[in-house]
Formats: sequence, C-alpha cells, structure tokens
Amino acid sequence: MRKRWQVVTVLALAATLFLVPGASGVFAKQVTIEYWQYYYESKAKTMDELIKIFEKQNPEIVVEHKTFPYEQFNQKVAISVPAGKGPDVVNLYYGWAPKYVEAGYLQPLPVDEFSPRMIENEFLPMVDAVKLNGKYWGLPTAVRALALFWNKDLFKEAGLDPNKPPRTWEQLQDYAVKMTKQDKGQLLQEGYAWNAGGQDNHVFVQVLLRQWGVNPFSPDNKKVLWNSKPGGYEAFEWWTNLATRYKVGEPEFMGDYRTAFISGKAAMMIDGSFALGTLKSKAKDINWGVTTLPVREANGVKSNFGSFWLNGLTVNARGEKREAAIKFLKFLTSPEVMKRWLTDVGELPARQALAEDADLQKDPIYGPFLAGLKYAHATFFVDETSERQALIDATNEVLLKGTNPRTALDQLVQAEQKVRDGYFK
Amino acid sequence: MALPLLFFLGVRIYPALLAFNVSLHEWDIMSRARPFVGLDNFRQLAADPVFWKAATNTFWYVAITVPAELALGLAVASLIQSVNKFQGFYRTVYFIPYITSTVAVSWVWRWLYFKNGGILNQLLLAVGLPAQPFLSGPAQALYSIAAVVVWQALGYQVIIFLAGLEMIPPTFKEAAKIDGANAWQIFRRITLPLLNPTIVFLAVLGTISSLQIFAQIMNMTSGGSGQGDLGGPLNSTLSLVVYIYSLAFYKFKMGYASAITVVLFAVILVVTLVQMKVLNRRIEY
Repeated sequence: MRKRWQVVTVLALAATLFLVPGASGVFAKQVTIEYWQYYYESKAKTMDELIKIFEKQNPEIVVEHKTFPYEQFNQKVAISVPAGKGPDVVNLYYGWAPKYVEAGYLQPLPVDEFSPRMIENEFLPMVDAVKLNGKYWGLPTAVRALALFWNKDLFKEAGLDPNKPPRTWEQLQDYAVKMTKQDKGQLLQEGYAWNAGGQDNHVFVQVLLRQWGVNPFSPDNKKVLWNSKPGGYEAFEWWTNLATRYKVGEPEFMGDYRTAFISGKAAMMIDGSFALGTLKSKAKDINWGVTTLPVREANGVKSNFGSFWLNGLTVNARGEKREAAIKFLKFLTSPEVMKRWLTDVGELPARQALAEDADLQKDPIYGPFLAGLKYAHATFFVDETSERQALIDATNEVLLKGTNPRTALDQLVQAEQKVRDGYFK
Repeated sequence: MALPLLFFLGVRIYPALLAFNVSLHEWDIMSRARPFVGLDNFRQLAADPVFWKAATNTFWYVAITVPAELALGLAVASLIQSVNKFQGFYRTVYFIPYITSTVAVSWVWRWLYFKNGGILNQLLLAVGLPAQPFLSGPAQALYSIAAVVVWQALGYQVIIFLAGLEMIPPTFKEAAKIDGANAWQIFRRITLPLLNPTIVFLAVLGTISSLQIFAQIMNMTSGGSGQGDLGGPLNSTLSLVVYIYSLAFYKFKMGYASAITVVLFAVILVVTLVQMKVLNRRIEY
C-alpha cells in the first residue's frame, strides 16, 4: 500500500517538473559557487546570514559556505590548488596573496567591475598590498589595525592615572617599568607584554622603524632597508632593551602576550582589532581600555600596521560560475555588508567613507583602531611565515644569547633580504 | 598471502617510492609546474644550516635518550624484580606514562617547565637554587625535552627488561652463587649477556623512535601562535622530522621536505643495520 503511494508521488512530481512551464528552466539556470573561509564563530554565523540575503537577491545563485579551523586553513586551500577543486571565492590573508598569485591560483579582479580607480578612491589605501603586477587580486570586507590596550586596575595600583595611557614610547617604557613585578628573578607581572612572535613583530617593522625615520622597504618592496639608517639600529635597540635592560616582559610569560593580559598579569599590550572578541568574552575580570599606538615624541610621526583578509576569485570560477562569483564578490565588498560585519563580527570596514564615519570614530573601543587605519601600512610579505620567523630569531639572539642588537639587526636584514630575493628572482 | 602483500606494497612501499620521486623535483604544493631538478634538493640541503642544526639535534636526542633509557630501564627492572611485594603495582606505575597520550604529557611538562611560575622552578627556588629557563633557554631546551622522552619511554623499557630477566633460568645464577661469584659478577657475566637480545631489541627500537622524534617537540616548544617557530628558541630543539613537517606543511616545499625524508630513511637504515651487526651476539651456556 505504502509503496504504491510512493510510486504515485514520484510520478506526480516528475510530471509537474515536465509540465509546469519554466520549472525545469529554473533548475537549469541555477549556478552553485563555493566560498571558503576559516572558522571563527561570529564570522561563520554572519556569513551564513549574509549568504541568505544574497541568495534572495540573486535567486539563480546558490552559495556553498565551507569553513576550516584556522590552523589548517592555509594548508587546505594550498592542497586544493593542484587538485583543481576547491572554492570559487576564497578568503585569504593578504600576506599569503603573492604566493597564491605566483601559483596561478587567483585570477585578477575584472577591471570593468572593479576598476582600479574605484578601488583607490573608495577603499582604504592599505589594499594596495594586493596590487601585484599592476592588478588587484582581491578586496577585503573588513580590515584590522593595532592599538594599545591597558589594564586600568594595574595603573591605579602603581599610582598612575588609570585614565591616562602612555602617549609616547618613553612614557610607555616608564610606566612599564613601574608596573613590572619581579621576585628572585621570577617575573610576577609584566609592565608591557613584550613579544616578537605576536603583533609586536609588525609594530617594529611598520611603527617603530617609521617613527625612527626609516622606510622599512624600497618602493618596489624588493629591498629590506631596516638597517639603512642609524635610526633603524636605534629602534631595534630601544625595542629589545625593553626586554633585556628594563625587563618589563618576556615573550613566553604565561604562554603568550594576550593570555598574560587577559589574566591580568600584564599591564599593557599591543594587539589588533581582531582580539576584541576574545577580550570581550574572556577578559571580564579586568578593567581595560584601548587607545591609539604611542608616538616617538608629541606630534611625531604616527604609524600603524594594517592587515586584512581579502576575498579573491580563484581560477576555478569560469563561465557562468565566474559571473556568479563576481556578483558575490561585489556583495561581500558592499557598504551594507561591511556595516553588518562591524556590528556582528566587530571588524573594521574596508571602505574609506565608512571608516571616517563620525559616530564610529567616537566609539571608545573602535575609535582608536579607526584612527589608526588612516596611517596604517600593510607589509608586503612574500613569505609571511619565514619573514616572521627571522625576526623572532633575531630577537632571541639578543634576548637569550646576548648578541649585540646591531649585529643581530644586520643578520636579520640579511635573512629577510634572502627571502625577498628568492621571490623576486 | 597475496592480499596482505598487496596491501603492504600499496600502503607502505609505493608511497615510500613516491617520496623518492618527489625528492627529485621542485615540488611546491601550490604550483602546477613541478620541474625535475635531479639532485638539486640534496645539494641545497647540504648547504642549509637549519638542516644541519636539525641533524645535530636529532643526533643528540638519540645519544642522550637511548643509553639513558636502557640504563634506567634495566636498573628499575632489576629493582622491581628484587622486591617480592607489590611488583604489579610498581610495573603499573612505571607503565602509566607510556600509555598516556604524548600530547597531554608534553603539555603538562610544558607547564611544569614554565620559566615564570612553573612548578620545577618553584621547587628550585624553595631550596635556594636559581630559577632555570628550561624550554625557553637555547642551552637547556633540548635536554629538557630529552628528559621527558626518557621519562615517558621508561615504562616500556622496564616491562620488556622484566620479561627478559624472567627468561633467565634461575639455575645459572644459583650455580654461579655456589661457585662463589658476587652480585656484580653475576650481573656482569650472566644477566647482561643473557639479556643481549632484549638490549638489542630495545636499542634498535629506541634509536628509531628517537630519530623520528616529533610530538614532544611540537607540543613543548612550538610558538603560541600555532604558525612557524616549531623548533624552540633559535631552533634549539628542532629535529629532522619537525623540520620536514614545517617545510612541507607550513612552507609547502614538498620536494625539499621529501629530500630530507630520504636522508632520514637512509640514516635509519644504516644505523639499524650497524646496531644489529655490532650488538647482536649469540650467547650460549
């Protein structure tokens, strides 16, 4: 009995498909594209909701959303390249872009849809980090900048004004020394969460060097200029002195700098806007504030490190898939999505008009990051992993082996130059 | 017979041969072009200071852990054998670290070794000794890891040694005792020679696993960010396998990484053959 009904239902359904005019046409026209990003709860959730909106606006397109854990993401994408499978639109760290472009994995953004002039007028200047060979290879929904976080309770405890974070590096050093606690050579509390593998890596290259009068790279990004002027050596020495002479922090303290700050064991740290989510959920016991990065002297050069994850078109997107992927890309980089991204994920908009929004600038938490965006530089990495490692090694030479900072910087520049020469050969 | 052989060839031998092939190419995961480069990867390797650092470190892991495991394993096994009560309890206690997940063990030790606030340093300070950097000091990091490796592998050695000791017929020892041999003479002339097959077995296995040391290093000294910086400060704990992993899966240089696997394969083969030849003697009474 039941079986017969099933047969009837199937037949009836099949009949409607053939008989209802246009029904089969709808199915034939529908295009499915794949979107990949790494998994971060709020990002994945917001993206699912955004995709629903996009699919409603474009009923002929279906977007499949796939996520992977952050640690595996780069591997997963890289392995999908030779397999000829994988996403049509992919979310990549901008520092990885040169490698993916070199591998022939990305296709440049179509000039008729994303003209370079439009991009340069409407997006933040840091997106030029993905302008390679004169073409743009992707655009971000959101960007990130750095800011100084401080623990108001520890300021109070040390007799400092909890509402006056340091404005200059000299003040930062003074305050850090005051708030560092040690016992028998054991660090109990860091005045400043010093690190070389975290965001301070970028602070040295894009903030300290520039404020000490050194342009870190040649305009074509082929030459590493960190030791091209005496300022470069001074900046490196000042930075490593914080750890060696003043001993205000150790890279491994509490595991990593952010954990130290969240546990209330570090009075200050520099971190990115992407850390806000973690801080809001985990640092509930401490009273923290956030402000713009210090400068070398009052009215001195302001600088910041900007970074972003770009949405790029892969070579898999061909024909009607490409058309659909371009539509999706336009949607992802639209002002509406950026606003939504800021409220739901907490990442800063990549469009200039939004970043300059007056209300947003006044926000006590987003304000300092938005202010930083205006003078933020995104480092052009050719091999982010190796370049970061070289800097970590150089600081370890100074911190653990007592190597002269000048010698260490010279060796570091040599190592970084070698990485670049390998790419530009 | 044919099926297991086919399985073995397909799952073990064929991929191994593929690795040889990959090592002769410039094989980046991301690029479609994989030109044949002959022995270029091996030439590059000979001039790579990080490779030599990893090779030296790996040598030290073997040189430290294998003799230490054998000596401690035999000592503990002899002690356990000499007690009459609670033998099972002691065996269990020594075996527990071996069956505990290496990742968990490594993380617990990572915390014990913490420079600031770690339990080991608290103990040192409590007895008036200066605190040590342990894993964060380039001069101590390798030894700190080797100590954990020995601690964890000890249980296995003890169990195998106990079995070896039980196999020695008590009549030999009794006869020697009647002949007037002292405890050292019995150990030196009877126990040790008769344990030879056990020692060879443990030495060979210990050497192979030390040459392939990976998990302890990854979990005890990799950077907090999870990217790069796997081999401790200034590559002080980097082993060959960790270097292979970072080249293949962080830098995507499959060809170069495969070249190192080929070298490691050759080293393990040679070392094992030499050990078998030198250590394996037939002893009959």
